[in-house]
Amino acid sequence: MTRQMSGAKMVVQALRDQGVDTVFGYPGGAVLPIYDEIFLQNDIRHILVRHEQGAVHAAEGYARSTGKVGVVLVTSGPGATNAVTGLTDALMDSIPIVVLTGQVPTFMIGNDAFQEADTVGITRPCTKHNWLVKDTAKLSDTIHQAFHVARSGRPGPVLVDIPKDVQFASADYVGPKQARTSHYQPQVKGDPQEIKRLVEMIESAERPIFYTGGGVINSGPAASQLLRELVDATGFPITSTLMGLGAYPASGKNWLGMLGMHGLYEANLAMHGCDLMINIGARFDDRITGRVQDFSPGSKRAHIDIDPSSINKVIRTDVPIIGDVAHVLEDLLRLWKAGGRKTNRQAVAKWWEKIESWRAIDCLAFKPSEATIKPQYALTRLEALTRDRDRYICTEVGQHQMWAAQYLGFEDPNRWMTSGGLGTMGYGTPASIGVQVAHPDALVINVAGEASWLMNMQEMGTAVQYRLPVKQFILNNERLGMVRQWQELLHGERYSQSWSEALPDFVKLAEAFGCKGILCKDPADLDDAIMEMLDYDGPVIFDCLVEKHENCFPMIPSGEPHNKMLLGENASTKDAIGTSGAVLV
Amino acid sequence: MSALKIKKGTSKHSAYDLRDPHAAPEETHTLAVLVDNEAGVLARVIGLFSGRGYNIESLTVAEVDHTGHRSRITVVTTGTPGVIDQIKAQLGRMVPVHEVHDLTSEGPAVERELSLFKVAGTGEKRIEALRLAEIFRANVVDSTLDSFVFEITGTPQKIDAFAELMRPLGLVEMARTGVAALSRGAA
Repeated sequence: MTRQMSGAKMVVQALRDQGVDTVFGYPGGAVLPIYDEIFLQNDIRHILVRHEQGAVHAAEGYARSTGKVGVVLVTSGPGATNAVTGLTDALMDSIPIVVLTGQVPTFMIGNDAFQEADTVGITRPCTKHNWLVKDTAKLSDTIHQAFHVARSGRPGPVLVDIPKDVQFASADYVGPKQARTSHYQPQVKGDPQEIKRLVEMIESAERPIFYTGGGVINSGPAASQLLRELVDATGFPITSTLMGLGAYPASGKNWLGMLGMHGLYEANLAMHGCDLMINIGARFDDRITGRVQDFSPGSKRAHIDIDPSSINKVIRTDVPIIGDVAHVLEDLLRLWKAGGRKTNRQAVAKWWEKIESWRAIDCLAFKPSEATIKPQYALTRLEALTRDRDRYICTEVGQHQMWAAQYLGFEDPNRWMTSGGLGTMGYGTPASIGVQVAHPDALVINVAGEASWLMNMQEMGTAVQYRLPVKQFILNNERLGMVRQWQELLHGERYSQSWSEALPDFVKLAEAFGCKGILCKDPADLDDAIMEMLDYDGPVIFDCLVEKHENCFPMIPSGEPHNKMLLGENASTKDAIGTSGAVLV
Repeated sequence: MSALKIKKGTSKHSAYDLRDPHAAPEETHTLAVLVDNEAGVLARVIGLFSGRGYNIESLTVAEVDHTGHRSRITVVTTGTPGVIDQIKAQLGRMVPVHEVHDLTSEGPAVERELSLFKVAGTGEKRIEALRLAEIFRANVVDSTLDSFVFEITGTPQKIDAFAELMRPLGLVEMARTGVAALSRGAA
């Protein structure tokens, strides 16, 4: 059965039929008909952000913490261009979001109309796909296609650009079941022959390691369950990228911690020394590999990924398995169990001894101070005081992000929201809002640096308006800490533009927004201050003044392989980065 | 905590230099990409090549299935085998792309290009141009007392050769369509 309705009504109906309960957005001239329809209904909640970039990051936070598709509604021109950073962020981290943008009416497109921008042109390289809908009769079908593309295969952001006359005109509405079947159906089952080869390698490996990434999280909770079963049954060590934290619990006995540029010593050395690397849903990012010519020189590599272009892009793979993580792991486990659950126990036990010797280095040890709060100490205390709660963590980008990844433990997937691929400062505050909207009763903390936090601090207005009790835990070193660290290592300690002389008083800022501000600078007061933050029923801006010159270790200097890590404060950082490494980001 | 010794400036390559220095040299491949004929699809394909730093030697596109709204893009590209594989994978995962065929590696294929040459001149040069055009089986599609426009179809190599011969004979300008290609045989 078809129903005639306006394009604007179709948008809302299509969202409803796609199971959408929340939209993050900001109105403007070219989306007013859709906002009118939003006004006239109660099924879909609209969260008014303060900047369109915030809307996209909030939708990302919502999507990542629920596994559902996040939805954004913004206007044409500046509304759309402000969404570009968020779209790129979601593309890099494979986050499913649907962004609906208003557009000037079709008869004005190309005339440099007021608030006109070539939105599909601008967003073509930063979306998985996008559409300009010029005919109301195609609108509902296109929105259903958009949701299908966003959540299928390797998830990602999509955008639907809707001219205003298309919103006003009427046509027949097409429901999701009647929508035309998309030819876009990525393969989810892995090649049985390759899976069999991997089983044989698992049976004989002497120094194996699981290297997992965001693909496990994106595959859904079943993938994390299967991963846990596989890791515990084989007894192999497991490390993860920044994006994959929580897929295997941090308290799990086989957990080595995060790997990569600021990963743990034992994780990186195990990657370097392994003879079988099983990459599950990770993409050999340059933060992970370091110098690729020297990457894990003695290993055979298996790579499970739903995106064929991830295979052999950076690192040559011996066993490529294209498919969805959960599907592949299910087949893998079945085959391995049927073959008698064999592993080379003796060799793997020796491998663990080696790993334990690396672990004994205790690479995350830091010198506590009685005078100033060390950022590592702050996070250690935050972890101790919140680990047993129903907790979600967001971060901004920089040193604090790496410390959060190192010192906080994630027991479950979808609990950790951070900008990995794009490294977007300003991600965390709006993301925390999106998470809190999805999980109103949970504890949502944004671990931030003061510089990142200032980039989207306007979203505190959103938090206050919707009574979202997000906790902004700012490690304030009055520096762009990671920039400062690189300038120390690379540019002769010339700290060009990496500190701010005019930071706001964060407590007064909190009061101005109508939320609570807490200042803490004495390690002795930290626990009480954190408890005060946790006990407050509402949004909090926590200004934690930390040691200003702390560097983030361990660190693989850029251009170096895994076994050339810098460890802790005693490391000789002078000339640690060679001339060829210096050109890298 | 012990620090590891780092020798400074020891790495000769960028960490992004992904290709094995002993890797095979660059190859030229002809790819046929079947896409939905929707607005912006060519921009998407071209944007992929420019955004990821791949080469386009030639590009031909036209709708080949009117009822199915399907277009065929024939692109000739160069790269190491690893890069060619990446190009195919990147094209294959695009939403409007239905099929990607590497005509160079999938078996024998025929490749043809059509081009138009404007050659101006009189006397001996004009006669020589016409004689060579006959040898190359080019057609005269426009003629004045002091110029010809030749239409020639063939492989890119044949057209290159013809262009070289026409240059000293008064070549004014040329237009080339880029390559159209199909695999040989029934399949």
